[in-house]
Amino acid sequence: MAARRMSSLLSSSYASPLLRSLGRGSSISRFSTAAALEEPITPPVKVEYTKLLINGQFVDAASGKTFPTLDPRTGQLIANVAEGDIEDVNRAVSAARKAFDEGPWPRMTAYERSRILLRFADLVEQHADEIAALEAWDNGKPYEQATSDEIPLFIRLFRYYAGWADKIHGLTIQADGPHHVETLHEPIGVAGQIIPWNFPLLMYSWKVGPALACGNTVVLKTAEQTPLSALYVSKLFHEAGLPPGVLNIVSGYGPSAGAALASHMDVDKLAFTGSTETGKIVLGLAAKSNLKPVTLELGGKSPFIVCEDANVDEAVDLAHAALFYNQGQCCCAGSRTFVHERIYDEFIEKAKARALKRVVGDPFRKGVEQGPQVDSEQFDKILKYIRSGVDSGATLETGGQRFGSNGYYIQPTVFSNVQDDMLIAKDEIFGPVQSILKFKDTDEVIRRANASPFGLAAGVFTQNLDTANRMTRALKAGTVWVNCFDVFDAAIPFGGYKMSGHGREKGIYSLQNYLQIKAVVTRLKNPAWL
Amino acid sequence: MAEIHNSSVKIPKIKFTKLFINGEFVDSVSGKTFETIDPRTEEKIADIAEGDKDDVDLAVKAARDAFDHGPWPRLSGSERGRIIMKFVDLVEEHVDEIAALDAIDAGKVFSHGKNREVPYGASVLRYYAGAADKIHGNTLKLSNQLQGYTLYEPIGVVGHIIPWNFPSGMFFFKTGPALAAGCTMVVKPAEQSPLSALLCAHLAKLAGVPDGVINVVTGYGPTAGAAISSHMDIDSVSFTGSTEVGRLVMQAAATSNLKSVSLELGGKSPLIIFDDVDVDSAVNLALMGGFANKGEYCVCSSRIFVQEGIYDEFVTKIARNSKGLTVGDPFHPATVQGPQADKAQYEKVLSYIEHGKRQGATLLTGGNPCGEKGYYIEPTIFTDVKDDMLIATDEIFGPVMCVIKFKTIEEAIARANSTRYGLAAGIATKDLNIANTVSRSIRAGIIWINCYLAFDADSPYGGYKMSGFGREFGMDGLYKYLQVKSVVTPVHNSPWL
Repeated sequence: MAARRMSSLLSSSYASPLLRSLGRGSSISRFSTAAALEEPITPPVKVEYTKLLINGQFVDAASGKTFPTLDPRTGQLIANVAEGDIEDVNRAVSAARKAFDEGPWPRMTAYERSRILLRFADLVEQHADEIAALEAWDNGKPYEQATSDEIPLFIRLFRYYAGWADKIHGLTIQADGPHHVETLHEPIGVAGQIIPWNFPLLMYSWKVGPALACGNTVVLKTAEQTPLSALYVSKLFHEAGLPPGVLNIVSGYGPSAGAALASHMDVDKLAFTGSTETGKIVLGLAAKSNLKPVTLELGGKSPFIVCEDANVDEAVDLAHAALFYNQGQCCCAGSRTFVHERIYDEFIEKAKARALKRVVGDPFRKGVEQGPQVDSEQFDKILKYIRSGVDSGATLETGGQRFGSNGYYIQPTVFSNVQDDMLIAKDEIFGPVQSILKFKDTDEVIRRANASPFGLAAGVFTQNLDTANRMTRALKAGTVWVNCFDVFDAAIPFGGYKMSGHGREKGIYSLQNYLQIKAVVTRLKNPAWL
Repeated sequence: MAEIHNSSVKIPKIKFTKLFINGEFVDSVSGKTFETIDPRTEEKIADIAEGDKDDVDLAVKAARDAFDHGPWPRLSGSERGRIIMKFVDLVEEHVDEIAALDAIDAGKVFSHGKNREVPYGASVLRYYAGAADKIHGNTLKLSNQLQGYTLYEPIGVVGHIIPWNFPSGMFFFKTGPALAAGCTMVVKPAEQSPLSALLCAHLAKLAGVPDGVINVVTGYGPTAGAAISSHMDIDSVSFTGSTEVGRLVMQAAATSNLKSVSLELGGKSPLIIFDDVDVDSAVNLALMGGFANKGEYCVCSSRIFVQEGIYDEFVTKIARNSKGLTVGDPFHPATVQGPQADKAQYEKVLSYIEHGKRQGATLLTGGNPCGEKGYYIEPTIFTDVKDDMLIATDEIFGPVMCVIKFKTIEEAIARANSTRYGLAAGIATKDLNIANTVSRSIRAGIIWINCYLAFDADSPYGGYKMSGFGREFGMDGLYKYLQVKSVVTPVHNSPWL
């Protein structure tokens, strides 16, 4: 029994869970067929929580206002959600402040905190299906991907940081002179966290996991497109024993609730994931208010470099996954596919064929690889970029249109002959649009890959050790994946160079975001040694 | 004395008495058994399979196979951590049974096992479950056109030889970090207290620890223990026990395959109490440090140094308070001290009490066996103890405390350090400078200031000098089960070095 369970664990552990779900065979309609989308499938979940979560209670917005969250399959209403604004952020911050200054959370032992995080992970595991359904419904991502990728990564992340809670180590330090020196790693206080809509749960985990493991309290603003899953799991968090006020969820818009959090004088730390433009605003608000330190995880235009020695079939599949996963709505999407000239033509043919096979459809239908884009704004923006690609002379190999006639579906789109100065090669499109560029040699592709204001991630596909080593060191990006992509284990730090952001999330590194370091220096009388 | 008392706790049925090898309970190759004795009654509890060299060979073969070919070291750390977490949950479900087995097998107070030892063991296991996915090597800064990194790899097949004073606790302390590291192992429990280890190995299997990863060989030190420490196919041995036996383990390692060794051995730990303290709380600290687990505690504060200004008051109060300690059946709710673990220990402790009297120490309180049967001894305190008396130099491993007077901080440091041991020390003072000076001056692996026995999963501990080497607990306790491999390769045209 045990041995069997083990071997099944083993066989799956070599591939990232994120990629495992891709490329499932299926006989249902593909985007190239003319089949119209059928009636949307009813999601297997009810929307139970739509209010703000402040001090352990679900409450209406102070203004009484709500906003609609829409089903991206149809553009129809899922639910009206309480719309948080300045006053609600103030209430949430004051609950978090009280919970930090007077409550049990930072005062209980790290072991006790870790037990609550572990219980939370268990509860999420028990409710995985409903949570995944909310996520798919609100965001448009395939339900199967939410179940197989995002929820397991979420659970894993909380278990991982539960394990850090009782291992947060300062140092004792030998300084010059008769002094005992030690560093205390203290929780930083009230953390304000603003998360995006592309991975509502995963982003929640990256933010909340380390902040709570370190003993902080949190005010989290979810994206207005996807407020539902965070409310659901936060309810579970309180069932797991989280004291009131430790984790407060404010749904609402960026310019109102988000800005209130970023500029709040009583928030000690800010973490933001989203676009580079908004990141600039957030950093500015932090600077103008109380100089709170800021972690930013922003946009990207990540190169995926396929060298001449690569196995073309594998490279095509991985490059496809690297771009199209999550409807292309990944900050680290491999959105510049650089292919060596010797394999370029073959690669284009196969990339096009793979895109044609991509299964687009209702996220709740089995076997679907790609659902709708999250909202009409994103949908319009992506179609505009596709037109710009055509206008600037790139070759549209496949796709290029909306998919179906309802909702925000877009055909998997592949451009070849993309030049570095085209908009589709420079801007973050955040959609299912693959841009393929040709290159001749290593130095050239390194230079071109780095010629971007972004520096979030990169993929390198090669069997050559020296090429791999050279590129990993030369690429200016926070993550370089070699012969893999989108490997998002909780232990691996993630973050940007350049205008892709500041700081790192996940791994041991994210603890630094949520800790103050205090040096304690005590004069020693008659020390035995120094 | 509290009488035999079985009403409140059900004595568990003994389910496991055989060796646990490759996931199965098996008889010893020889077919031999030995008796494990209830120290409350001096009667047999059960016949236990007696492992010897042949059995150790089978266990090592299973562990080697599990390490070289099995899934355990090939799982991700997080997957191992999940299985260890399941193991802890099962341990907690069986806390009554585990604590009761230790009570009948080793005379340990049932409520201490249930409320302290097993919960602490669970916290240690959870700590290492959470550490399994946090084993970090480094990438290196090399001085040529090179790049390099370190890999922390499981060391391989580990032998654990554990003592009888904390039978289940030691099982968790040893197996937890080794499991987290990805090692496979052969555990030899003490012949006095084999029962809880067999149950825990069974629970580990139920939790999903693959066959061959944990093997338990019950038996004696000179046979089964020696076979482990001299085995050519064991990569590391971890021993907790006496300093004499530790030396034998290290010699066996040296003459066989030079396996790495960690030793957690004896102690003669000082608790130094300064004039500025509240005497009542210092007395309680001394009683706790000196008599916890009937003095069968390697970190026991068996030398209590008391500064002269409060010495008389301290002596009066500790004599009075020690009489309030109830010795008796480990299952009796009033009991704080059960019987010594076995006859040999019992007799050894009594002989040290005789040495103390003969060499001229003053017997302040205790000094006698108690009860009609079983290995019970009164909490015993000597005063007027000279540093060179046997009771002040040797580890007695029983409820025998030496109270020693001192004048100055320098004198206390010098006398506290004048021992071949260096396991633990306690300091009781309100003075910051005294606390800092003494804690840096004492040559011991753990210093407790205004507390004692304050063990924590994150706080490494182990010995200086002849108290051993290597550390248990904390991340240090994990590293001893890891090999460090440097991987170096040239890097060409790197934009930075």
